[in-house]
Amino acid sequence: MREASAHPLLRLLGGITVTAILGFLILPAFVVTLAAFNGKAILSFPPETWSWRWFIKAIAYQDFQAGLHNGLIVTGWASSIALVVGAAFALALDRYRFCFKRMLELALLSPLVIPHFTIGLGFLILAAQLAFARGYAVIVACHIVLVLPFVLRSVYISLRNLDPRLELAAASLGAPPHRVLTSITLPLLVPGLVSGWLFAAILSFNEFTASLFVTAQRTQTLPVAMYNYVREFADPSMAAISVIYIAGTAMLLIFANAFLGLGKVLNVEHSR
Amino acid sequence: MLSIPAEGAAYSSAAGVTSRGVAEPTAVTLDRVTKRFGELTAIDQISLAVRRGELMTLLGPSGCGKTTLLNLVAGFLLPESGEIAIDGRQVTNIPTYRREIGIMFQNYALFPHMNVAENVGYGLRMRRLPKPEIARRVADALALVKLEGVNDRKPRQLSGGQQQRVALARALIIRPKVLLLDEPFSALDRNLRAAMQVELKDIQRKLGVTTIFVTHDQGEALSLSDRIAVIAEGRIRQLGAPGEIYRRPADRFVASFIGDVNVLSARLKRNDGPTATVAVGGARVLVPAGPLKAVEPGGTVDLFLRPEDLRIGREGDAIAAHGNVAAQIYQGGHVDLYVEVPQAASGRVLLRLPTQEATAFSSAGTGIAIAFAVADAVAFPKATAG
Repeated sequence: MREASAHPLLRLLGGITVTAILGFLILPAFVVTLAAFNGKAILSFPPETWSWRWFIKAIAYQDFQAGLHNGLIVTGWASSIALVVGAAFALALDRYRFCFKRMLELALLSPLVIPHFTIGLGFLILAAQLAFARGYAVIVACHIVLVLPFVLRSVYISLRNLDPRLELAAASLGAPPHRVLTSITLPLLVPGLVSGWLFAAILSFNEFTASLFVTAQRTQTLPVAMYNYVREFADPSMAAISVIYIAGTAMLLIFANAFLGLGKVLNVEHSR
Repeated sequence: MLSIPAEGAAYSSAAGVTSRGVAEPTAVTLDRVTKRFGELTAIDQISLAVRRGELMTLLGPSGCGKTTLLNLVAGFLLPESGEIAIDGRQVTNIPTYRREIGIMFQNYALFPHMNVAENVGYGLRMRRLPKPEIARRVADALALVKLEGVNDRKPRQLSGGQQQRVALARALIIRPKVLLLDEPFSALDRNLRAAMQVELKDIQRKLGVTTIFVTHDQGEALSLSDRIAVIAEGRIRQLGAPGEIYRRPADRFVASFIGDVNVLSARLKRNDGPTATVAVGGARVLVPAGPLKAVEPGGTVDLFLRPEDLRIGREGDAIAAHGNVAAQIYQGGHVDLYVEVPQAASGRVLLRLPTQEATAFSSAGTGIAIAFAVADAVAFPKATAG
């Protein structure tokens, strides 16, 4: 590594810029966090008096409890199914040549460019047409479509980093294809699979736009419940639930980091 | 005990059975095998018989098809046409995992999520052997490659040489019908490489395991092989023992690819019978007549001589050429002497002399006479490519 011998003033400017960018990223979360501790029943910044009571109210609020429960059900199913489907597609795309391969790839990644609004609306119309009740199945299906591209990318990158000679060596040692898959390929893909699942879960749990269309009062997920709350009330329990949200997600990532290393989970370093 | 049982004897060879009822000693047979990648013909109608217990080297420049050939034997690739047999059994359409081959890759391809013992025992687990037997054979295999006390380490915690030993033990533990080595030494540093080569050869001979060894390093090929197949452009250019390949190259390509060589312009003196006589200056040398059939006596041919085939001419010697020393390179045990000679194709020849002999000619510009140190060599018709 060569040390860049920049002018001290330039270095100072660089430091300020980086700090400003980081500050800008954290600023909304910071404001909301402080607002959550407001003693008064208004969303203001900075608060004049301090209190925990909005946290207690948020946790006790029926709709938030139901929303969390629904959200976990939807997220659990959607991200797990997306993982299996996405991993299978990633394997097929990486290993086999077939017609319409390019088209399949584009179709699988298309939810990245189609607005969530459109996808939600589409599922709503479809469900109405097929006379489906607005139950969990529709929400889960909708979320699978939304998170599939992320699972696919994550597993695909891990597969690319996998040395094909490992599988050839296993085959030479007498392992038939299915045992190569279970004893070599899948264990080495674990970081990619975990990262794919984690991304899918976080995205699904936070998804609002499409969920607004496909959820009903009975099945609303937490972001939808929060939206409905803020339409009627404007007290700091909104901020409090946001802080809980942030803390929960951060804890999940810390957990993943402790077991797998964040670099691996985010797929920014080689899985080998 | 890690020994290769003579179970191959139970198969009757594709080529037939000898009078004693023992299969012919052919471990791997390739019969007019062709492999194409799109427009490119990587392997062009190659036929090759590897004898049981032999170490056969596939030698050639990169891109010549030698690795493709290895992959065909392993079953990683399927040929467009031709047949492959291992131990007399047709395997052309049999998948890798039922071919009973051992392979060692250039990067060893150790399973990173398994420790050393699990890596080595993998092939036996796939064969569903009882645990105690696996443990016993893993210990034996690791002892064979002189690697003990690292059973619980992960591959990344091992040095390059240790990783290679693990890879070798893993390949040998299944008692393969043939061991395939794909440039196994190129990742090792020079000193370790020499040591590992000796050890590999030792183990190979001890077990008598048929081995196909792919390399582009001609020194490695000469020192390790029982026989060498020199491959270029998807064809075998010459097949023979290292000495044969070195002393009697079949064509210009083999002559220039294996070892250092001096190309001298020579006159064809006599060309009758199996040997011909060619002359450079006052010195004469015998060469095989085969490649020179089309050349009339008195015509010019290219004479190929190894650096050690030349010496400094003294009084009374038949002198081939005179020249001035261009450079002298000290190599420890010997000295490489470059001499400018008009008859040489490259303008200079290389002499490899014992250090004491060379010291008298240390300074550049010294004029010397060059004589032949051998009575025979090889010659080919004047430079048409090939």
